[in-house]
Amino acid sequence: MYRSVLEYLEESEKKFPDKTAVIDENGSDTYSRLAKKTRCVGTYLIRKGLKPNDVVVVLLCKERKALSAFWGITYAGGIYAPIDCNAPTKRLSLIMDVLRPSYIITDKANQGKAEELIKTEQIVILEDAYNETEDLSALEAVRQKRIDEDPLYIICTSGSTGVPKGVVISHRAVIDFTEEASTAMEFSDKESFANQAPFYFDASVPDLYCTVRNGATLHIIPESWFSFPIRVLEYIRDNGVNAVFWVPSALIVTANLRALPEVDVTCLKKIMFCGEVMPVKQYNMWKKYVPDAKYVNYYGPSETTYASTYYVVDREFDNDDVLPIGKAAANTGVLILNGNDEPCAKGETGELCIRGAGVSLGYYNAPEKTREAFVQNPLSPFYRDIMYRTGDIVRENERGEIEYVGRRDYQIKHMGYRIELGEIEAAAMGVGNVDRVCCIYNEKKHIIIMLYEGNIIENDVSAELKRRVPDYMLPSRIVKLDVMPVNANGKIDRKLLHETYGD
Amino acid sequence: MKERILTILNQLGADRDYENSKDFLDEGLLDSFEIVELVGKLEEEFNIEISGKDIVPENFINLETIQTLVLKYREEA
Repeated sequence: MYRSVLEYLEESEKKFPDKTAVIDENGSDTYSRLAKKTRCVGTYLIRKGLKPNDVVVVLLCKERKALSAFWGITYAGGIYAPIDCNAPTKRLSLIMDVLRPSYIITDKANQGKAEELIKTEQIVILEDAYNETEDLSALEAVRQKRIDEDPLYIICTSGSTGVPKGVVISHRAVIDFTEEASTAMEFSDKESFANQAPFYFDASVPDLYCTVRNGATLHIIPESWFSFPIRVLEYIRDNGVNAVFWVPSALIVTANLRALPEVDVTCLKKIMFCGEVMPVKQYNMWKKYVPDAKYVNYYGPSETTYASTYYVVDREFDNDDVLPIGKAAANTGVLILNGNDEPCAKGETGELCIRGAGVSLGYYNAPEKTREAFVQNPLSPFYRDIMYRTGDIVRENERGEIEYVGRRDYQIKHMGYRIELGEIEAAAMGVGNVDRVCCIYNEKKHIIIMLYEGNIIENDVSAELKRRVPDYMLPSRIVKLDVMPVNANGKIDRKLLHETYGD
Repeated sequence: MKERILTILNQLGADRDYENSKDFLDEGLLDSFEIVELVGKLEEEFNIEISGKDIVPENFINLETIQTLVLKYREEA
């Protein structure tokens, strides 16, 4: 049984030293080169005085060098926390307040941004770390003290009060997911993955770990290519990519922008998606042009390590059907509980709660939020049995598959990102002269619409928001209202706003 | 025609300056879902059908390149 993800890297380094592990626009690394670089980074961090379970923020773009940072921090016994190098400094500062990291690892290109976030002596430039000489005994000494339940990474997600939450995930959880996925999807060293999700987003976790666990190859596709997906498909075709873990948004845009009829991507054999609802209409378009691939609908929040349930598509669906999210993965327990915390009967809707090896260790530096979301399983009151309340409403269908119904609150999935509309609203309230604000989401058009009341023009609100939230949280439409409508309880009338402005 | 295209663009985001932008993509004025919306609206407004082959960055750089693209389809029709 694996105890550390480092075993994945070392095994592949031994078995496939000269095989390409990772490729990006600037070049590639073989397994032996990747492993050596990461040990240099690990040694450098240990010499800098990094202690076990210290947090190291990774401020790098979507490039292959990010991998050597992640693995290097892991070698040094730290917890890596990737953040979005394009996000506004204001939001990154909020993340820094939560994580209070020992170091930021960055490169020359992002050094200026790092300096705005942390003291200069706490900045590690990756290129400097590469020049370190690897110290195998120092690395081994750290390794001996680590166990599989130790934290591996922290992914920051949107929080409803405007403060991001850092989800802490252990080696055990990642190993469990990776083993299950590799077995169920029959991954091998023949796999060639095309990465879509940025690394600060947990949708990239299978790319990172399924690749290295299996001695496969990871192609890092630049984010901007996805706006014009023909180029992505040409890359897939020309480089023999055969597997993808993408968010549905990427598959939807590719289908809607008519890229599929133009480029033959029948080389794709495994098409896996997770992060939001995959509409059947676009799934059927993919199926038409890539009929022989295996399609897998994964479901799971960051708090339970990428995915907790999955459904391998095994039958035909009409465009207005919903793809099920399937059944629990191995080592995962799912419960559907009603408002009284009792199990729902088949067909009844309730909240999906997840137990098992994938469940996060909690939110970093946020004991109260952790206690609210990670609770004792009410059905087993006698021993420690923690479950995560997802806030997702689901039901079990006649075939015993789980179907996603909707959200319990104002959380949305937009371009694969999990966003609390409250976080955008909190950011808008921080703009001077905004008195009341409400964000709504049009699921069909994939757009966020923001309505506000206040003595400030739309352009100024928009410009201010750009400084406070990442691009994917920016509303497509911002509308100033003379008066914000309220319901009988004096609360903002979201329903009315939806009907009036939602389209 | 330019005015009609600009009206469509402004519906995507009234706070953005599509009229004077030299490069929508560089300046982050179009994300992937907005391109989907834009293509749909151009087709409806000008009664054309844009082929997947033409949905490439070169055709969506700014107002001029979008106009050239629409004109090409109008001439074909």
